[in-house]
Amino acid sequence: MDWLALRLSLQLALLTAAILLPIAIAVGRWLAITRIGGRAVIEAAITLPLILPPTVIGFYLLVAMGPDSPAGAAWTAVFGDTLVFSFKGILIASVLVNLPFAVQPAQRAFEAVGQDLRDAAATCGHSPWRTLWRIELPLAWPGIVTGAVLTFAHTMGEFGVVLMVGGSIPGQTRTIALSIYDRVQAFDDAAAGRMAALLMLISLLAVTAGFFLTGRTRRRG
Amino acid sequence: MVTVVYSAQMKAVMMIFAALARLTVGVGIICATAAAAASAVPVIAAAADLRVALGDVAGAFLHDTGEAVALTFGSSGNFYRQLQQGAPFEMFLSADEDYALKLAKSGKAIDKGVLYAIGRLAIVAPKGSSLRLDGALVGLRDALQRGEITRFAIANPDHAPYGVRAGQALRKAGLWPQLAGKLVLGENVSQALQFATGGSAQGGIVAYSLVRDPNFAARADYALIPAAAHQPLRQRMVLIKGASPVARHFYVYMQAPAARRILAGYGFALPVEAD
Repeated sequence: MDWLALRLSLQLALLTAAILLPIAIAVGRWLAITRIGGRAVIEAAITLPLILPPTVIGFYLLVAMGPDSPAGAAWTAVFGDTLVFSFKGILIASVLVNLPFAVQPAQRAFEAVGQDLRDAAATCGHSPWRTLWRIELPLAWPGIVTGAVLTFAHTMGEFGVVLMVGGSIPGQTRTIALSIYDRVQAFDDAAAGRMAALLMLISLLAVTAGFFLTGRTRRRG
Repeated sequence: MVTVVYSAQMKAVMMIFAALARLTVGVGIICATAAAAASAVPVIAAAADLRVALGDVAGAFLHDTGEAVALTFGSSGNFYRQLQQGAPFEMFLSADEDYALKLAKSGKAIDKGVLYAIGRLAIVAPKGSSLRLDGALVGLRDALQRGEITRFAIANPDHAPYGVRAGQALRKAGLWPQLAGKLVLGENVSQALQFATGGSAQGGIVAYSLVRDPNFAARADYALIPAAAHQPLRQRMVLIKGASPVARHFYVYMQAPAARRILAGYGFALPVEAD
């Protein structure tokens, strides 16, 4: 059992979900109410990581985060280290890859709140900020929680992108999924089997907890 | 209102299925090559260090005989596992002879096959790197002492034959402890080369045969590491039971002077005895 890899994966999954939570609320709500032209294109762009193979995302990230790219060079100039082969690098990759998992359920939830309710709140003298906190967030919460849970579970299982930009460094970029792959490659079926079963259990628990949380919230709402 | 919430929930359920499906992507990679459809052209599985050289051999084979083979490159251990599960490859060129011998023992291969090449290691660095390259790894030691090495790429020493040998060479040079925490591990030797020369690492130790690629010369510099620095990379090939005549012809062709010249050109040492 590679506990270091498990801890790293849990850190990565929790941080990714935490970073994406405010982004999902802001972007999801904006997409739910905006009538801007080209909304479909923006939604499609956010959905892309869901359908693109990890090799495409991994390739672009390798190029974009490399020391020869403007972003990679700027990062190195400011922080002194490189993004590729680092925890920060796979965290950035993970946030990008999970955008659709976090944003889409939040957007659907904000859409389900309905413009009528927002208008009614405004008529009652609620500011948009107060409407968000008192009316929309409590109603949209199940969708937002679903997004966070999906992000967590998906990050625990992410493999291809981390394989391409990570470099399998213990404690920094060797996630549990990579560790399982390495154990399979090394013909250590016993360790691979233990870790695979644990990963399956964690994912099942996370998704079940998500259903439980959203179910309760809905009954109360 | 209720129906709307319900449809949002359905969407969530679908996305959960999508997430669970993504969990299986790792398994998918392991099985993907096995799914390569059987066709008239025999599919041959080859170790990643042959990526360039074997393409040339197959081209010469086509030119000389008019017969074509399809090549799939990957990690020897992966191919071994897939062949044990009945993958439809007709010939297997391993980077580590143990995998080929095990296939013979388990009855998947026709016989113990033959040694076709001895692999060599090279230290590489991107063009313009301050890392001075030499087979004795003195330049690497200096660069490490100057603190100029933050990332150094090798294939994963847990399972990749070239990674195991790179580890031996680094231990023999006494540099292993200093590289702790700085090693970036490629899934196979081909990825290790990509890591080593992609610009995000200062260098790496990879297969000599891969850096002899003419297209590679513009991107990075290299130096050959002496064969005595590590256990020999004895590479063995076997025909798989049920191999077609074309695959058998290619097997014979690999031992003919034309193919051996190509392999030697890519820096492989050639086995003297054909056992």
